[in-house]
Amino acid sequence: MPWLWGLSLGVLLPAVAWALLASPADWQQGETVRIMYVHVPMAWLAMAGYSGLALASVLALVWKHPLADLAARELSPIGAVATALCLATGSLWGRPMWGTWWAWDARMTSVLVLFFLWVGHAALTRAFEDEERGARAGAILALVGVVNLPVVKFSVDWWNTLHQPASVARLAAPGMHVSMLGPLLACATGFSLLFATLVLARVRAAVMERRVEALELARAREADRAPGLAVPA
Amino acid sequence: MSATTTSGPTSSGPRRGLGVAASRRRRRMLVLLLCALGIGAAAALALTAFRDNLVFFRSPSDIVSMAAPDGRAFRLGGLVEPGSVVREGAEARFRVTDGAHAVAVTYRGVLPDLFREGQGVVTLGRMRPDGTFAASEVLARHDETYMPPEVMDALKRSGHWNPEQGAAPPAREWNTMTPAETPATRTGG
Repeated sequence: MPWLWGLSLGVLLPAVAWALLASPADWQQGETVRIMYVHVPMAWLAMAGYSGLALASVLALVWKHPLADLAARELSPIGAVATALCLATGSLWGRPMWGTWWAWDARMTSVLVLFFLWVGHAALTRAFEDEERGARAGAILALVGVVNLPVVKFSVDWWNTLHQPASVARLAAPGMHVSMLGPLLACATGFSLLFATLVLARVRAAVMERRVEALELARAREADRAPGLAVPA
Repeated sequence: MSATTTSGPTSSGPRRGLGVAASRRRRRMLVLLLCALGIGAAAALALTAFRDNLVFFRSPSDIVSMAAPDGRAFRLGGLVEPGSVVREGAEARFRVTDGAHAVAVTYRGVLPDLFREGQGVVTLGRMRPDGTFAASEVLARHDETYMPPEVMDALKRSGHWNPEQGAAPPAREWNTMTPAETPATRTGG
């Protein structure tokens, strides 16, 4: 784990410095364009993370892999944070460029729905006394929510929106100059590594928690079986 | 797992148990696939039904062809027609066009920084009886091209793109260009 933290920060910090200090301003947006270097990676992570959540949910529902439930449970708070950051930075960006903090266009509304799905999943998996039932309900919610992913992605193509169409993740060549595309991809890599590190750290902690619980249970059983060793209260 | 351990003491037990587990897995996968198919179809139907209602704004052509909603506020979007902007004190008059039709807009207030001729805008307001659009809010749209100002200047100088006149040329032509080059020297060289 320490090397993973080192790698994430080792990539992220220079990438952010590159994006904020050493990349050019935009011809029409000026310095405000630098919000993109956080906003776009967060949007990609919100979507990629949700695909991961859906994959974990399939593994959990069909193959009943215990680690899949755990991964889904530990993934959703981080995904919710990434989506919230995407919305917040988008709002900060929209105010100076478009002239509004928020508009109910298809892109923004569908990302808000994605945020509610993340938060809903995090809450639902923890809402049951029986953890297994919570995990099941969460997995079903996560899979139903997959419908929203193509809506988020293609909202800017299917309907007219205030949000502009994709610059990078499209079939044509990226509509972004290399001097800005470089730092953007570096930031995306750095934030993705940090995202993965955070999720792995949470999963590891959760696995250890279960192990501690199991050991304590075993010890209590042993004490029950050998009453001579247990100190009567 | 549980199926293998509870499958009984017969000699064919473990193998039969594995088969039961596999068929359960297959059944769960099938149920999941059917659900996905159902939900996907429902979503696709809903989205196609909403196709026309989910638009954030209407274009000038929509307004000409569908008769503008009378007295009701709606959003009109398009490009600011080059040469149409007139500012008189706090009031701005301009035309919003989609290439085919144009609608005259009046607006009193602060225009966003990105507002200029040729720029995409979304305005909120109502149609007046005289056919002009009285806007109470003007939002600027911007396109999906990002480039340093120097590259933009080079494109403008060489006459390859004037953002007031039209959309950006294909990204391939400029997204690796240095300010000293022009698309012509690149394709020629």
